[in-house]
Amino acid sequence: MSKNINISTIFRKFGLVIILVCMCILVGVLSPSFFTATNILNVFRQVSMNGILAIGMTFVLITGNIDISVGSLVAVSGVIVGKVLESISGTTNVFPAVLAAIIVCTCLSLISGSMVAFFKVPPMIATLSMMTIARGMALVISNGQPYILRSKMFAVIGKGSIGAFPLPALIFIVTLIIFWVVLNMTTFGRKVYAVGGNIKAATASGINCQRVILTVYGLMGALSGLSGIILASRIGSGSPAIAEGYEMDAIAACVIGGTSTLGGTGKLQGTLLGVLIIGLISNALSLLNINSYWQQIVKGLIIAFAVIIDTYTKAKRG
Amino acid sequence: MAQEEKNVPLLKMSNIEKSFQSVKVLKNVKLELYEGKVLALMGENGAGKSTLMNILMGNYHMDAGEIELEGKPVLIQSPIMALRLGISMIYQELNPILDMTIAENIFLNRENTFVHTNFVKEKYVNQETDRLLQQFDVARKATDKMKELSVAECQMIEIIKAVSYHSKIIIMDEPTSSLSSDEEEKLFSTIRDLKAQGVGIIYISHRMEEIFNIADNVMVLRDGEFITSESIQNVTRASLIKNMVGRELSDMYPKTKCEIGETILEIKDFNRKDMFHNISFQVKKGEILGISGLVGAGRSEVIKAIFGLDPYDSGQIFLKGKEVKIRNTQDAIQSGIAMVSEDRKAYGLILCRSINENISLAHMNQFCKGIFLNQKQEKKECESIANRLNLKRRDMGQPTGDLSGGNQQKVVIAKWMLRQPDVLILDEPTRGIDVGAKTEIYSMMCNLASKGIAIIMISSELPEILGMSDRIIVMHEGRLTGELMRSEATQETVLYYALGGKNNE
Repeated sequence: MSKNINISTIFRKFGLVIILVCMCILVGVLSPSFFTATNILNVFRQVSMNGILAIGMTFVLITGNIDISVGSLVAVSGVIVGKVLESISGTTNVFPAVLAAIIVCTCLSLISGSMVAFFKVPPMIATLSMMTIARGMALVISNGQPYILRSKMFAVIGKGSIGAFPLPALIFIVTLIIFWVVLNMTTFGRKVYAVGGNIKAATASGINCQRVILTVYGLMGALSGLSGIILASRIGSGSPAIAEGYEMDAIAACVIGGTSTLGGTGKLQGTLLGVLIIGLISNALSLLNINSYWQQIVKGLIIAFAVIIDTYTKAKRG
Repeated sequence: MAQEEKNVPLLKMSNIEKSFQSVKVLKNVKLELYEGKVLALMGENGAGKSTLMNILMGNYHMDAGEIELEGKPVLIQSPIMALRLGISMIYQELNPILDMTIAENIFLNRENTFVHTNFVKEKYVNQETDRLLQQFDVARKATDKMKELSVAECQMIEIIKAVSYHSKIIIMDEPTSSLSSDEEEKLFSTIRDLKAQGVGIIYISHRMEEIFNIADNVMVLRDGEFITSESIQNVTRASLIKNMVGRELSDMYPKTKCEIGETILEIKDFNRKDMFHNISFQVKKGEILGISGLVGAGRSEVIKAIFGLDPYDSGQIFLKGKEVKIRNTQDAIQSGIAMVSEDRKAYGLILCRSINENISLAHMNQFCKGIFLNQKQEKKECESIANRLNLKRRDMGQPTGDLSGGNQQKVVIAKWMLRQPDVLILDEPTRGIDVGAKTEIYSMMCNLASKGIAIIMISSELPEILGMSDRIIVMHEGRLTGELMRSEATQETVLYYALGGKNNE
């Protein structure tokens, strides 16, 4: 155990927490309404959808791959919910709609995963094609028109609370815990790291790398479906044109959280902080009445900054 | 010696000091290199050889000390400056740009050497490259892509590149680590030519035979300190090893006799198009089978196919008398076959992950409690193996990329010791590893054989093959050309078969 603790190691370990706390203090000073319970809970509700996507994306990135189709899958999920609810209108049972959305998204992601694992299509290209296909599917199924979701039962998923705590945030946290356990305490988690760290060595150690990659994409699809359900429920419609660019927020959260796009390293704790930092930027800029177009520039700068720090600290060590 | 002292040395480094993060890696080191001489730089891994050479090449900056070239003090701040001063280095790890041609690689960033414009004059570059290729007897054209070349050929290109800079000093870091014996001979004759032209060469290698073959002087570093610099005539193998290790190594190859039992693995009529043909052999319990041959003879391809990493067209594999089908590495591992690859960075280790994770990687199921990994038990068992193999480490969570070559190799071997395999395949197990760690790996092999593991060892180092094997099979151009028992094997007989055996008589 190294007892050589200095500022740079502290910063490397807790840098994101420090940044997050500083941001909170700054925003709190500038806008008194920031530190109100309503606003904080609202931030949690807002980040839950990106958070769920970012969990799956962390797995995908750790295996050394990427998935840019998740925004389109979120749209597919909402449209499937709309379609199923429409065809079984009258009942209050929303379970079939939710299940259908998750299954369809999982299958679509498994197709991307097969392209990557078996046909060796570069993941960026494989998921680029899926991004277009899924968006097209959403438009075809819905005929280009958003479904209005009137089911009160369904609205609970995105708008409900348990006590004061928003239901979507709870779903996010439970999902996060489950996936944290999978990544850190199971053999599958180890295999995910191994495949991304060195796929040849993983193969030579008897790991079925193709299956690992396929599973990781499958999970990404299921989580995209879940995220899409929450979004549809919150806004009360299943729209084919929604969630464009969501993949970028998810990737950004992972990268800010220290997950390397080269694979092999990354932690879900970091991803959580990344999700909160991105959520906070949006919240702060809107509290401060700053033009929403600026949000994109700020977000972009923060991502670039995070990656430069990541590469720099790695180069110094290695 | 007396004659040399009159001359001004080509290169003189004195009082060199260098620390990394308060750790002194070079203490008061000196070095003298004379015109037309080969200076062998010896020392275990971590002795400071690379650091010293990196200072000379301008990759690192020294904390204190002087460098003089032909009596004039110089300050070398970057590799470009070093090249301009006539110093070039052939690095151990080659980094060619695979999609470029040979000519483009040799003259990278010097494309306009022949004509002074910024447009690349391919014709001149290619002409000059072809001339160089001819001079060095490489059967390639300037326009061949680097990716078509074998590792050995890439090495030759690297040497040609250094020569093409008209360097006065060439540093060679383990230049023969991937060359076969005849390519080695070609390299040595090149070195002799360079010597005749007055070039001074600093030669780093772990192979004793080469040192005695090619060096004029030998300098030894140990733990960052200058130990000796002597003329080769005054040095013996034993004294050299003693100086490097700091203690006497009684026997380089601690081969113990152990009982050889029944056949464990049998390969019958193994074929893969353009790779290997009609390969049949067997290994017995407790036996160390050496596979010798030149680089490119197809040895690695055969064992990769046995291990399920590469495909094969036809053939049968029998384990303990029963035929097994091996379609992938999972099948091989389940059947009790383990393999340590020649390229540990590509196939052996996940460098960014911990020692612990690397060791348990192939046998994680052993530590499963339901779907969960019993990390306490895992750590305990991995640690006990690491201790047994004398693995030098900070802690088990340390990334394997931080370890020295010898310790990395121990991690790869530890991985297969978690569950004792029936057959252990070792492909070049001591490549790029220092003398101390080498003997440790040799005694480990003997220890494993005595436990009844059948060991297959591929090695390009003849003394290693002769010193460690109970039986040796030799391959030439994808075919088995000979089989020798330990008692009848000599350098000459093995080489005879490696060069094609009867056909070349």
